[in-house]
Amino acid sequence: MADTTTLTEVVFRIRRFDPTSDAAPRWEDYRLPYTKGMTVLDGLKAVKESQSPTLSWRSSCRMGVCGSCGMFINGRPRLACNTQITELGTSLVSVAPLPNFKTVRDLVPDLTPMFDAHAALHPYIVRADQAEQERPTGEYWQSVHQLEAYLQFSYCIKCGCCMAACPTYATDPVYSGPMPLAQAYRYTADSRDGGFAARKAALAAERGPWKCHFAGECSQVCPKGVDPARAIQLMKRALVLDYLRLWKQPCPAKLATVPAGIKRREGIPEAPAPTIEKMVT
Amino acid sequence: MRDQRLWTWHVGAGAVILVLLGLHMTVMHLDAFVRVFNATAEEPIAWSNVFARAQSTFFLVSYVLLLGAALFHGFYGLRTIVFELNPGDGLKKAVNGALVAAGLALFLFGTWAAWASFEFARVNG
Repeated sequence: MADTTTLTEVVFRIRRFDPTSDAAPRWEDYRLPYTKGMTVLDGLKAVKESQSPTLSWRSSCRMGVCGSCGMFINGRPRLACNTQITELGTSLVSVAPLPNFKTVRDLVPDLTPMFDAHAALHPYIVRADQAEQERPTGEYWQSVHQLEAYLQFSYCIKCGCCMAACPTYATDPVYSGPMPLAQAYRYTADSRDGGFAARKAALAAERGPWKCHFAGECSQVCPKGVDPARAIQLMKRALVLDYLRLWKQPCPAKLATVPAGIKRREGIPEAPAPTIEKMVT
Repeated sequence: MRDQRLWTWHVGAGAVILVLLGLHMTVMHLDAFVRVFNATAEEPIAWSNVFARAQSTFFLVSYVLLLGAALFHGFYGLRTIVFELNPGDGLKKAVNGALVAAGLALFLFGTWAAWASFEFARVNG
């Protein structure tokens, strides 16, 4: 590993591809002066500003929240904004688009198949009380333990790093992949949800969790510390229990009633007036 | 729903294999410590011991059960590997058919072999 404490220059080896002019992707090197605290995203911006204005990628928040800048950096799917150059341990930074997806251009992967698989698994709370769900009048009860059953899976930012690392998804386009399956479990484990039956139609078939080898790479690379491999195994367990008629659907949480006879404590100011008009139904 | 059913049976077969293979390992390889199903206090593979086990209805059922579980578990795993190569729908059906046919043939042959040895031991015992 190179000594990165005395870095003065960084070489960005970037995979370039323009579908309108290139028959195949090519690698190009760009030399940049190293600045303290430089992330891979900072480097890409510097390359675009000073050397190659046509370089394309996706990014937005710059703080590991939006999930836009997932890239294949030095042989591993990472968020460009969240990856310090010094953390790579070398002055050579290779950047390619996420594997297992088609490339739109340069570092922009086509994530459509991932989001199609995600949408097919009903990644939202499904309730029998449709009217309440659409026009909520209150909150649903949920204990801390019930929250913990799915909390870590809700930290997913849909960056696609897990999909890029999955050896099964690399070869099998029918397999839904770690992100959609983990999100299917995230909602199945939510005590407010009653959508297991709706999700089961897709999960119990070939695109379900069955082909997961438990390689665990998805959990290794997740920049948010989510454990999709665990979610997939828990999803398998839920489906096996369902086949054996032992699956206990968490009773959809009840609507919390507003306590009666409560008086506002003195000194607490009133809420400010709404800044938008109330929606007329 | 078929994959849900197949996976559940795969897990169930794994549990059966765990128990029966555990029994096999105990009988065959831990005889120095645990002398179970060792009727003549000789080596587990001594003819007298093999003959004694062959007379047992418990072992007849165990052999057939282990055979069925191992065939299903193994062939389901093989099917998963083959399906990861993305065969077309026609080829998938052919693979399914071939595995079911091979599995049934091997199960019937193995069951016949277990029954034949049971009968032989019972008649000559």
